[in-house]
Amino acid sequence: MERNLIENLMEAARKGFPSERFEELIGSENGHVFRIMEVCGTHTMSIARYGIRDILPSNVKLVSGPGCPVCVTCNGYIDAAVEIAHQKDVITATFGDMVKVPGSACSLAVARAEGCDIRVVYSPLDCLEIALENPGKRVVFLSVGFETTIPPIALMIINSRKAGISNISVLTGNKTLPAVLEMIVSEKDRLIDGFLYPGHISAITGTALYERIADKYGMPGVIAGFEPMDILQAIYLLLSNIIVGRNVAVNCYERVVKSEGNKKARNVMNQVFEQCDAHWRGIGKVTGSGLKLRQEFSDMDAWRVFNMKEIETLELSGCICGDIIMGRSMPGECDLFGKACTPENPAGPCMVSSEGSCAAYYRYRI
Amino acid sequence: MAGVYLKDKSTGNEMVTLAHGAGGVQSSELIHKLFIEKFSNSVIERMEDSAIVDLPNDGFHLAFTTDSFVVNPIFFKGGDIGKLAVCGTVNDLSCVGAVPRYLTMGFIIEEGFPISSLEKISESIAATAASCGVSIVAGDTKVVPSKAADGIFINSAGIGIIKNNIAISCSNATPGDIIIVSGGIGEHGAAILLARDDLGLQADIGSDCAPLNNMIHSVISISKIHTIRDITRGGLAAVLNEISGQSGVGMTILEDSIPLRKDVSAVCEILGLDPLNMACEGRVVLIVPPSSAIAVLGALRNHADGSGAQIIGEVTNGKQGRVSMVTSSGGTRVIFMPSGEQLPRIC
Amino acid sequence: MCLAVPGRIVSIEGAAGLIDILGVKRKASLELIDNVKVGDFVLIHAGCAIEKVNRKEALKTIALFREITEEWKEI
Repeated sequence: MERNLIENLMEAARKGFPSERFEELIGSENGHVFRIMEVCGTHTMSIARYGIRDILPSNVKLVSGPGCPVCVTCNGYIDAAVEIAHQKDVITATFGDMVKVPGSACSLAVARAEGCDIRVVYSPLDCLEIALENPGKRVVFLSVGFETTIPPIALMIINSRKAGISNISVLTGNKTLPAVLEMIVSEKDRLIDGFLYPGHISAITGTALYERIADKYGMPGVIAGFEPMDILQAIYLLLSNIIVGRNVAVNCYERVVKSEGNKKARNVMNQVFEQCDAHWRGIGKVTGSGLKLRQEFSDMDAWRVFNMKEIETLELSGCICGDIIMGRSMPGECDLFGKACTPENPAGPCMVSSEGSCAAYYRYRI
Repeated sequence: MAGVYLKDKSTGNEMVTLAHGAGGVQSSELIHKLFIEKFSNSVIERMEDSAIVDLPNDGFHLAFTTDSFVVNPIFFKGGDIGKLAVCGTVNDLSCVGAVPRYLTMGFIIEEGFPISSLEKISESIAATAASCGVSIVAGDTKVVPSKAADGIFINSAGIGIIKNNIAISCSNATPGDIIIVSGGIGEHGAAILLARDDLGLQADIGSDCAPLNNMIHSVISISKIHTIRDITRGGLAAVLNEISGQSGVGMTILEDSIPLRKDVSAVCEILGLDPLNMACEGRVVLIVPPSSAIAVLGALRNHADGSGAQIIGEVTNGKQGRVSMVTSSGGTRVIFMPSGEQLPRIC
Repeated sequence: MCLAVPGRIVSIEGAAGLIDILGVKRKASLELIDNVKVGDFVLIHAGCAIEKVNRKEALKTIALFREITEEWKEI
C-alpha cells in the first residue's frame, strides 16, 4: 500500500463520477445557471482533458478566469524576449509554454528558426548548469508564472549567487493572483457564483485569501486538486454551499494544501522578489499584482542589463479576451472566435496558449 | 581499416571526411567496408548504377515508398537511426498489404562523423533487414561540410509486392468496424525524450521500433482487413484523424482501453504532454470488420511485437472526420490532429 | 502554472532528492520544504519539491473517491 499510494490515488481519482449525483443536488434549481470560475490554466486543461463539462448538468457553467500566465503575458514581454534572444552570445532559457506564443511581430519559435539559441527547460534550476557550461555567454531566463513557479525561480537566483555564477539574467514577468481575484469578485453585477481555487498555488500561499474573499464579498469557493475526481468532488461541494448560501472557502485538497501554506517557499520567494504593478493582457494594469527583483539582485535583472522596456500593444479590434478572462463573456460569444481567431492563428491571449479559455473551448467543445 | 583515416583530435576516433563523399578511392573503400560487405547480397555486390531485381509477373501489384530519417539522438534505447530506416520503410510497405522485398539506403553524412558510429549504424541496418527478410540492394553516400547536416541523415526507399486480391486502404473504414492498436503507445517518443539529457528524466523505456511485416502478413492471411496504418510522428491521434478523414467516417475510442505503459504515462504527466500525440515506430492501427476482430487480436498477440494489442473503439456514423474519446471519468473529448511541435509545459 | 506530480523520495544527496514518479526518476531540489526523509511522498513542480504529500489525507481521499464510485455502482 505504501509503495502504491500514488498509483492507488491516481486510479481512484480517474474513475467516473456519477453525474446523477449532480442532478439530485441541483434538481430543484433548474431555472438557475450556476457559474463557477476557475483561475488556473492547469484546471482549464484538466477540465478539457477529462471532458468534465459533460458530467456536469447543463446549467452548471465552468468559466475560465485569468489563470493562464502565458495568456496574460503581454505582447511587449514576448517582443523584449525575442529582441534579447537575437543579441550576440545570448542563450534564452524558457519553459515550453512560451515558445509558440506570438508577440506583436514573431514568437520565440520563429526566433529559433532564425538561428537564436533558445532552449526549453523543465526546471529553472537547469539554468545553473547551462550557465556553467557556457561561461562566455549570457543565459537569460524568461521568468513567467504564478506563485507555484515563483519559489523555484527564486531558488535558482539564490543558488546562482551562492555558486558565484554571474552570467544569468532574469526577464521578470511573474504575476500573483490575489489582486486580480479581488478585482473580479468586487465587480458590480458580478456573474460568478463561486470560485474553483488553484490547488498548487494554494500549496504555496495557503488559504487565508480565499477565506477573506468568502467573508468580505460573500463569495464561496473550494480549493481543488487536478485529478478529475478532485475537480468534480470539489464542484459538488461548492454547489452544495452555493445552494444553501453558505459563503465559505473549503479546502478539498488537504493532502497537499495546508491552511498556512508553505512558509519556507514564500520566504525564498520574498528574499528575491518584491511586489510591483503588472499589466495583464486583456485586463490592463492591476496594482500590486506583479513581482520584480529586489535591489540586491538588480545585476541579474534582464530588463536593466539589456535596457528593455515592456511596450504595450493594442489587441485586434473585436477581441473580447478581457471580458472572457473576467468572466463577463464566454468564448463562443466573440465575433472573431473560430474565424479570424483560431488556435493556429490566435488573435488574442485566450486563444494563444493551449490552455487559454478560447483554445480549450475550441478544441473540446465544437 | 586500411587507407588514410583522419582522427578527431580530442577523441582519437576515425572520422568521416569530405574525401569519403568525393567519389574516389576513399569513397569506394568506405562503401565497400561499411555497406557492401555488411548488406551482403548478390544484387548489391554487382555494384551497377542501378539494382536489377526479380519480381513475379502475374497477379501482383508493386508497392513503392520512401522515407527519410533525421532522428536526434542517433542512438537511443531500443534502436538507432539505421534500425528506424529499415523499419519505417518496411512498415509503410506492409501497411498497404505488400510483402517488402528490396530497400535502398541513401546517406548524407556530416564531415567529422565518427566512423565507428557509421559502422554501428550499418550493422544495425544489416541486422534489421536480415531479421525481416528484406535486402538492401542499392545505396548512395554523400558527405557534407561540418554543420551542414546534424550527424547523419538517411533516406530509404523500398519496393514490395501485393497480391491483386488484397485491397487495404485508408479510405476503407466503415461504420461498425472495430479499431485495434497493436501495442502500447508513445514508447518511441518517450525513449527519445529520455535520451535527450536536458530534461533529466531516467526510466527504463526503450523505443518500440520494430519491423512489422511478419506480424501484419499473419493478420492479412487469416482475415479481411479494411485499413492498416503505422503510427509515427503525430502519434495515435494523427493516425485516427487521417483514417477518419480519408474514409469520411466518425470514430469513438475509449481512453481506458488504450494500451499505455505506466512509466510512459508518467513521462507525459511530468512534462504535460498528451500520450496520444507521442511518436511510435513499431505500432499499427488496424480497422477490421466486427466479425474479424477477435481473430485479428489473437493473431497480433501471437507475435512479440503485437503482444499488447487491444481493441480501443469503433468506427461510427458520427460526424465525418471526428474522433471522439470517452475519457476515464466518463466525459467525452474530441481528439484533434496534433498541431506543431509537442513541447513540455509547466502550466 | 500548476503542473505538478506526486512522487516518492528514493534517495537524498545534500539538498536534492531522487524522486520516483510512477517508475520515472528525476532529481529534484528539496530546498523549498523541511523535514523530509527517504520514503516520503512529495509534490514536484519545475524540478523542485514544493510540498509534502500528507499520507493520511491521501488515504482519506482514496477512500472517499472509492466510496463515491462504489456507491454509484450499487444503485
